[in-house]
Amino acid sequence: MNNRYELNKNLAQMLKGGVIMDVTTPEQARIAQKAGACAVMALERIPADIRTAGGVSRMSDPKMIKSIQEAVTIPVMAKVRIGHFTEAQILEAIEIDYVDESEVLSPADDTFHIDKTQFQVPFVCGAKDLGEALRRISEGASMIRTKGEPGTGDVVQAVRHMRMINQQMRKLQNLREDELFQAAKDLQVSYDLVKYVHQNGKLPVVNFAAGGIATPADAALMMQLGAEGVFVGSGIFKSGDPERRAQAIVKAVTNFNDAKLLAELSEDLGEAMVGINEQEIEVLMALRGE
Amino acid sequence: MRRKIGILAIQGAFAEHASMLSALNVEVIEIRQKSHLENIELDGIILPGGESTVMGKLLRELDMFYPLKKLIEDGLPVLGTCAGLILLAKEVINDNECHLATMDISIKRNAYGRQLGSFQVNHEFKYLGEIPMTFIRAPYINSISNEGEILAIVDNNIVAARQNNMLVTSFHPELTTDLSVHKYFLDMI
Repeated sequence: MNNRYELNKNLAQMLKGGVIMDVTTPEQARIAQKAGACAVMALERIPADIRTAGGVSRMSDPKMIKSIQEAVTIPVMAKVRIGHFTEAQILEAIEIDYVDESEVLSPADDTFHIDKTQFQVPFVCGAKDLGEALRRISEGASMIRTKGEPGTGDVVQAVRHMRMINQQMRKLQNLREDELFQAAKDLQVSYDLVKYVHQNGKLPVVNFAAGGIATPADAALMMQLGAEGVFVGSGIFKSGDPERRAQAIVKAVTNFNDAKLLAELSEDLGEAMVGINEQEIEVLMALRGE
Repeated sequence: MRRKIGILAIQGAFAEHASMLSALNVEVIEIRQKSHLENIELDGIILPGGESTVMGKLLRELDMFYPLKKLIEDGLPVLGTCAGLILLAKEVINDNECHLATMDISIKRNAYGRQLGSFQVNHEFKYLGEIPMTFIRAPYINSISNEGEILAIVDNNIVAARQNNMLVTSFHPELTTDLSVHKYFLDMI
């Protein structure tokens, strides 16, 4: 693809090993930056509150996003509804650093995702499995994250999705060359992308973990499972001591293999967000947009 | 003996630098903690791209800040790319916070604006000829002391410079396949 796509993939590379935090106000954005976030996701309501509020959830007010852009020097991301390319045009107009075409918001299109190749700004999209990840990449996503189950504080689905993507990549690596054509059909993706994964054993873009990460241990778990960084949504500002928890999660991502340090980081964090088990929730956001 | 180069690996694009160094037959040591700086005799260190606010903060909190600053002040060859350049600068004109502050340069962060301002060019680099340069939300050098040497200027802004043991670029040589900046760095050792 074009040079802009390379530059957009490159920005995601700079975020690796970092934590991207959901924030709803300039004040929270400043706290996140101070705590060591490598980027912030500006949104009006964090996923846990979207669940509580119900109804249709949309792109945030551009004025609120701009106030967050002014408050921090790190990249600012914001969410649009799946398929809502006009919301994406609006975010591009205010020079957002990354658009998240997100299942956290109510989908605007139940068939088509945004044709992200038509944009200059980069897109990150969620995926539960390799087919979804590669479909989003062929639509122009320059970064992938697991869907997990946002706003729950329950890491089980992020784990499931990360394991699934990695297992499917290992399977592709082990196929014979002449078996890749059928694999492309099964995954409903292009042969070229299947061949890339077969040869390289990884996605052609950066892959983060997201959805339900609430503790330093959760974040380190996702990193040990192969995530290149993490998104933390409701987990920080729904907890007892956001600043302290944010700092601990940042350090846990950097030293995800050092159990002794993780033990220290996990001490005295105050109350974690109250979790909801996947069996208890009514809306499964991960099922939006396949 | 193979040379040992440390790469600060607390956040950002450190793996990309590692693969460049491996291609040049150099042993790579990932530096994530203070003990990694103290227990290994390094021939040089790379401060990679990423977010300088994150790296600056983690350097302090993981007690690596002063040991690293001292190594550089004592002459350890260092290559700083993008965020790495910011970490080494003595002055950041649009930010109150400085980090290692070992190099006599004054720089501007996010000097080309947001991601839409990111770009790639092929441009002249002193001693190396024309090389690809990828700028991602990049800083540039506003001014440099007489002790420093300017190595590349793009659109009237200084984007690469050297001062004694310190080499900095505001672009990312590690995002291309061109090894010449890394070779130049290894020649400094």
